[in-house]
Amino acid sequence: MHEVIWHGRGGQGVVLAAQILAESAYMQGFKGVTSAPTFGPERRGAPLTASTKISETPIRTFAQIEYADIAVVLDPSLLKVINILGSLRPGGLIIVNTPLKAEDTGIDSGRPIAVVDGAGIAFRHHLIKEGAPMVNTPLLGAFARAANLVSLEFIEKGLKWKLSSTVLANNLSALRDAYEATRGSGLEN
Amino acid sequence: MSRTEILTGNQAAAEGAKLCHIQVVSAYPITPQTSLTEYLSQAIESGEIKAEYVRVESEHSALSVCIAASSVGARAFTSTSSHGLLYMHEQLHWAAGSRLPIVMCCVNRGVGAPWSIFNDQQDSISQRDTGWIQIYCRDNQEIIDTLIQAYRIAEIVKIPVMVCYDGFVLSHTMMPVEIPDAETVDAFLPPYHAHTILSPEDPRNINPVTFPWRRADQDGVMCDGYMELRYKLQSALEAAGETIAAVGRDFAERFGRDHGGLLWRYRTEDADVILTGMGSIATEATMAVDALREQGIAAGVVGLRVYRPFPKAAVREAFRDAHAILVMEKDISYGYEGALCSDLKAAFYGTEISAPIHNVVAGLGGRDVKARELAEVTREILDRIAAGQPEGPTTWLNCRTDTPTE
Repeated sequence: MHEVIWHGRGGQGVVLAAQILAESAYMQGFKGVTSAPTFGPERRGAPLTASTKISETPIRTFAQIEYADIAVVLDPSLLKVINILGSLRPGGLIIVNTPLKAEDTGIDSGRPIAVVDGAGIAFRHHLIKEGAPMVNTPLLGAFARAANLVSLEFIEKGLKWKLSSTVLANNLSALRDAYEATRGSGLEN
Repeated sequence: MSRTEILTGNQAAAEGAKLCHIQVVSAYPITPQTSLTEYLSQAIESGEIKAEYVRVESEHSALSVCIAASSVGARAFTSTSSHGLLYMHEQLHWAAGSRLPIVMCCVNRGVGAPWSIFNDQQDSISQRDTGWIQIYCRDNQEIIDTLIQAYRIAEIVKIPVMVCYDGFVLSHTMMPVEIPDAETVDAFLPPYHAHTILSPEDPRNINPVTFPWRRADQDGVMCDGYMELRYKLQSALEAAGETIAAVGRDFAERFGRDHGGLLWRYRTEDADVILTGMGSIATEATMAVDALREQGIAAGVVGLRVYRPFPKAAVREAFRDAHAILVMEKDISYGYEGALCSDLKAAFYGTEISAPIHNVVAGLGGRDVKARELAEVTREILDRIAAGQPEGPTTWLNCRTDTPTE
């Protein structure tokens, strides 16, 4: 089973990203998928997490993730606020929304890191809500590139399943842009 | 054609209710049930389903509306959680006493004080003695399937059914769910015909004051007293287990999914130690059992689906060969032990089942329950039994118990 934690803030589309990944993985052929928000109340701007579990076989655990295989960080300011690495297994992949290069992020965990300028890409593709960039779709693109788990093709299908036609085109172009722009350990730049 | 979608437990419940052609919905929003009522009100408002959504100011009124609707022959649905269910308490008795086949979802949540919006099963367990059938679901597929079964069961035995599932853990977690096709559901679930139709053309007085003794009514017909009516409800509940099992078998034949009727088993064939529980904790226990088996411990799970009527014969059979039993539950009967543990012990009385039974209270107020922890506590208890130590007190899993008690 592959366990993915999404770290973001209320209003960033964290829960939606976790759902779209689960749907995409199911369409790709994984028999077991779950997605869940942090249980409890949510507040705009407050740190929150969501999870996606992906498995070849139906999933029989609904417990919260103890050590994720992959952590996706939608808001890099959370790296200073939350012990994100503390809930990531040794060797687990961390994917960060940042304009910085991986080696300049200050994340020194010995784990593989992938970076993408999700906010920049969101602005370029007009994915803006109440003045803030919606970085969940760009980070799904980075996930497709860096995690080697759910392909870009099926994440595109996941977006088509979840998003309305009015916003779909911009999200698809942002997804592909982020896929190409993702840099990091083990990726051919 | 059936179709598979990735749904939360609340979405699965709403899809199930829609397939059952519910005619009246009355519910009051409360976390974590809220989204279920929202889906249904949207479906009614948009005309997707033909039903009446009656808005009310409280859960007490919500169930009162369902009682009235069911009394005039409508298929009625409600749902609630925690304090909402407790506020319905009086009407729970009234619905069961009136023998009305209302179905409700209880999206399980802890009870205050202090406030908690998170999951445990104290709410529905504390309504154990209201005369309702209670069925607990282990995942979202079982929620939609159980809801469809629930109306069939309720309308055969004329007893309301509470379909219970863990708040947030299932209600807010998305997973693949096969939504049955409408024609197959229609063939499985015939339209509801009320046992007594209230109509202006045929006025009746229902549930009048009943005396301690039997007596003749105005037409000279000898009528039951209060005690006969209680006996009939009890007898019907005792017999309902057969109906629940039969409906489960028929469902399995038509839909290809067998949830086990009264209970289900996982790797119990040669199991020395059996873990048991209701709802998602039993699902988690199956993962614990996989881990224990890898360590050479022959463990299995018996998941209780039906808590009332209590499946006495089925549990006697299911636990017959166990050498140790761990009862894991998200409730406590204050001043004694977990309610399920007491009921199981009572069911074993007078049988050859003499295995040590250990109670584990877990996950109160939403505390996460991990398979790893269930496996660890099982090993601890087995070690204790192997060392010949007497039965210990109830384990409070992953809970600090060394602080002062005030």
